[in-house]
Amino acid sequence: MNSVILRAGTRYLAGLLLLFSLYMLIRGHNEPGGGFIGGLIGSTGFVLFAVACGTADARRALRTSPQNIAVAGLGIALLAGLAAALFGDSFLTGQWLFVGATETTKGLPISTVLVFDIGVYLVVFGSVLTLVFAMEEEI
Amino acid sequence: MSEPTDAPRSGGVVGLLPVALSAVLFAWFMTHTPVIAAAGSLRWEMAWVPALNISLSFLLDGLSLTFALLISGIGALVFLYSNTYLGAHPQFHRFVLFLLSFMLAMLGLVLADNLITLFVFWELTTITSYLLIGFGHETTKGRRSALQALFVTGAGALAMLAGFILLGFVAGSFELSVILTQSEMLKAHPLYVPILILILAGTFTKSAQFPFHFWLPNAMAAPTPVSAFLHSATMVKAGVYLMARLHPGLAGTDMWLWTLTIFGAVTAVIASILALRQTDLKQALAYTTLMALGVLTLFLGQESGYAMTAFATFLVVHSLYKAALFLVVGCMDHATGTREADILGGLARVMPVTAIAAALAAMSMAGFPPFLGFIGKELKYAGALGVASEPVLVVGALLLANALMFAVAGVVALRPFWLPAGGDTPRIPHEAPWPMLMGPVILASLGTLFGIYPDLLERTLVAPTVASLLGTIEDSKALTLWAGVNMPLILSIVTVAAGTVFYVIHRPLRAWLARIIDALPNFDRGWDRFLDGFKTFARWQTRIIQTGVLRQYMFANFATVLVGLGGTMVARQVAVTRPDLTDATWQSVALILLIIGGALVATATSSRIAAMAALGVVGIGVAMIFIVFSAPDVAITQLLVETLVVVLVAVALLRLPTLDAGGKRFRPVDAALGLGVGTVVTLTLLAMLELPLDRRVTDYFEVTSWSEAFGRNIVNVILVDFRALDTFGEIAVVVIAALAAYALLRTTQPLGRGKGKDEP
Amino acid sequence: MESLLALSIGVLVATSVYLMLAPNVLRFIFGLVLISNAANLTIFLAGRLTPGAPPLIAEGAAAPAKLVANALPQALVLTAIVIGFGLFAFALVLMFRAYTTLGTLYSDEMRVAEPRENDSI
Repeated sequence: MNSVILRAGTRYLAGLLLLFSLYMLIRGHNEPGGGFIGGLIGSTGFVLFAVACGTADARRALRTSPQNIAVAGLGIALLAGLAAALFGDSFLTGQWLFVGATETTKGLPISTVLVFDIGVYLVVFGSVLTLVFAMEEEI
Repeated sequence: MSEPTDAPRSGGVVGLLPVALSAVLFAWFMTHTPVIAAAGSLRWEMAWVPALNISLSFLLDGLSLTFALLISGIGALVFLYSNTYLGAHPQFHRFVLFLLSFMLAMLGLVLADNLITLFVFWELTTITSYLLIGFGHETTKGRRSALQALFVTGAGALAMLAGFILLGFVAGSFELSVILTQSEMLKAHPLYVPILILILAGTFTKSAQFPFHFWLPNAMAAPTPVSAFLHSATMVKAGVYLMARLHPGLAGTDMWLWTLTIFGAVTAVIASILALRQTDLKQALAYTTLMALGVLTLFLGQESGYAMTAFATFLVVHSLYKAALFLVVGCMDHATGTREADILGGLARVMPVTAIAAALAAMSMAGFPPFLGFIGKELKYAGALGVASEPVLVVGALLLANALMFAVAGVVALRPFWLPAGGDTPRIPHEAPWPMLMGPVILASLGTLFGIYPDLLERTLVAPTVASLLGTIEDSKALTLWAGVNMPLILSIVTVAAGTVFYVIHRPLRAWLARIIDALPNFDRGWDRFLDGFKTFARWQTRIIQTGVLRQYMFANFATVLVGLGGTMVARQVAVTRPDLTDATWQSVALILLIIGGALVATATSSRIAAMAALGVVGIGVAMIFIVFSAPDVAITQLLVETLVVVLVAVALLRLPTLDAGGKRFRPVDAALGLGVGTVVTLTLLAMLELPLDRRVTDYFEVTSWSEAFGRNIVNVILVDFRALDTFGEIAVVVIAALAAYALLRTTQPLGRGKGKDEP
Repeated sequence: MESLLALSIGVLVATSVYLMLAPNVLRFIFGLVLISNAANLTIFLAGRLTPGAPPLIAEGAAAPAKLVANALPQALVLTAIVIGFGLFAFALVLMFRAYTTLGTLYSDEMRVAEPRENDSI
């Protein structure tokens, strides 16, 4: 895969896919999308990057190892669940804060549910990349 | 075996803690005697598994108090004793832990009021006694004995658990205090016989009734303090305790009467004959324990006040003198290095305190007045004479057993101390240190004290125990040393006379017995043969089932699915009407054909690329189904995963050899199985489609998705909110799978016979 | 349409059973992919098929106005697909590792854990 065009193109494509994946993640609660889909899209971008430019470059671009991302995602999901305990609810009960809510609009919703979905995103993203990088390198 | 050392060291603080604990427990139980003696009982309950009616409930009444006092009291003395006896042992701390766990489990067992709680403690005693018997695990004999005890009592306990469950089912409660009030109903119930058989299987194995008796003498491989504890008041008495505990509920039928009487009598007689045959003092005591267990079982078969009083009294008597004698034998072993009856002699001069304690305990065992043993023996005869149907048989068995026990008492406590030695002992004898003397002295003195003042024991323990067995304290008979010239007294005199004769001729008798017994079938050897046969069977069966061939395992799995699903459909007579195809459009038919075609190509092709492409077609087809039928999230996920699969497969697959490197052939049997499973799955789905759909959960999610969880995408709300715990488990699985695959790729080294690229 | 889908699930199961019984573990993995798809479709079908009505709540509404597709099986299938991918990847790696260490793709010859009777003697 030593095409110059592919290598040049994927840098932008991977970035776009990553951006798109975040969009899918954020909108997931109200429209098709969410952590699973976002994570898969994001990892697809990096897989493309790894195929075009090699895993070494992809790893550098990622800054940390994908295993760390996966485990951190699991930890974030766990913390999002535990946060409910602060409010006296049982594990994983969603907690909501509506920033700037008025009589008519709900304002900007911030919730532990979103944090949980971010955890899911990171788990899927990190796990897929762990697998793909390892297979690219070892096989 | 634990080798007692010449210069005993104390076990230190660790060794003294359990002494203090048992003593405190003993004192605590003592404070309850006035309440219990007033025919009361105490109950304490805490919910454990409320859904299954299992609670942690405890009951303290006469019977359990007697046992609790014996366990904690003898426990304290045994801990003190082992502190010196085993204090220098490198694994002494482990020993203390085992013994303490055992004691606590035993206390739990006798105090439990819930059948399941009782069973848990019962099994805890099984496990801890396994560890204790196998404490000398470096010897084959120690390991074998421990395993034997575990297997025999464990197998019995499993049967017992089945019996407990049946009993709880019939009585409608697992609480003993409830079950035992329904005696008449239980005895008339058709399940009474299975319940009785199953529970007795547990108690007979635990209490080593013939023909399960063989494990008990082998358990003497344990250190002597363990034997003193396990075989005087605890482990083996657990079976007796349970029979006594269930006596009010289950006794009174012919089956109960005859089973217990016959097994008890046979065990008592056989055990006392075998006891006289032993030359190892500890072994001789082990067999007299069997004899005592037989007698206790025999009495539990009856219902008369005399029999119950005899049971309660003999229970205490036996625990006191048997623990004392075991400890005495331990002292002798400690002092001389041997337990052989033929060698030991003349020890009274060097070990005067031990000798006196031994003499007191032995006289109680032989049944001389004024010891408690005498009262016990009188009551036994009185109880036996009260057996309505076959008094002669029972009295005869008791007479023989008692006379033989008399002789054994002489062999254990008279010969080694007062008669000339038969040979040189391995060590120069010396008196045992005081912590080891406390036990025998206190226990033997108690036997004497209660003999002189039987009233002390009667009011506090015997009468309340009889009350828990028979329900009323009135039936308890008085404990008296002198009841006038009556039949029991005459029988006692006969016993002493016969016992003396047995003692005088015990050496020729032993030689003669040895010849006969060796010729008879031996249960211990039979056990070995049984185990060997079992292992052979297991090997054979493993060879058949565990072939080590993946395809055969898979075949068995799929065949099970076929038989399970298909069999259920046939058995339930599930009818499948002709499928409704009216709503099929040409687009949907094309989609279905795409999936089917892809699957068939993937199966038939020999080319890796074609197979990958065909799998891709199936995956895309499935994604299309999700799109058409309103599942956008699922469809996107499916498509993305398909992409990643292609990447992974492209990386891995092309470095592998072609699909049919080993030759391709059609496998008709596998094809038939596949066709069968596929057909059954389709039929099941068609039958499922005819059932109405239960949308209640979905409706709930639809209504609350926005109003409570503030999400308009119901699928996502289910994933991250309603069923977030499931999702959390699932992402954990994803992480684990990824890390496992990563580790597999990174760390595995070739096994040496492969041609992997990791090899240089 | 539901009956047709039931039929195609049957075909997927039949082919995957045949593939998973093959001596070559590569075919086993193909079978694994097919049977995962069959399982996902089964769950999906159990919630019934509803064309043209995704389980979304329109802006301004508190609940779906008309009948929408069953969301519950969709949620189940979604995670099942991701987990199925994890399983597939692990199986692929395992097979590849087995091939590089044992030098064979034939499961009958992979007998390190359970050697033949005459191998061990």
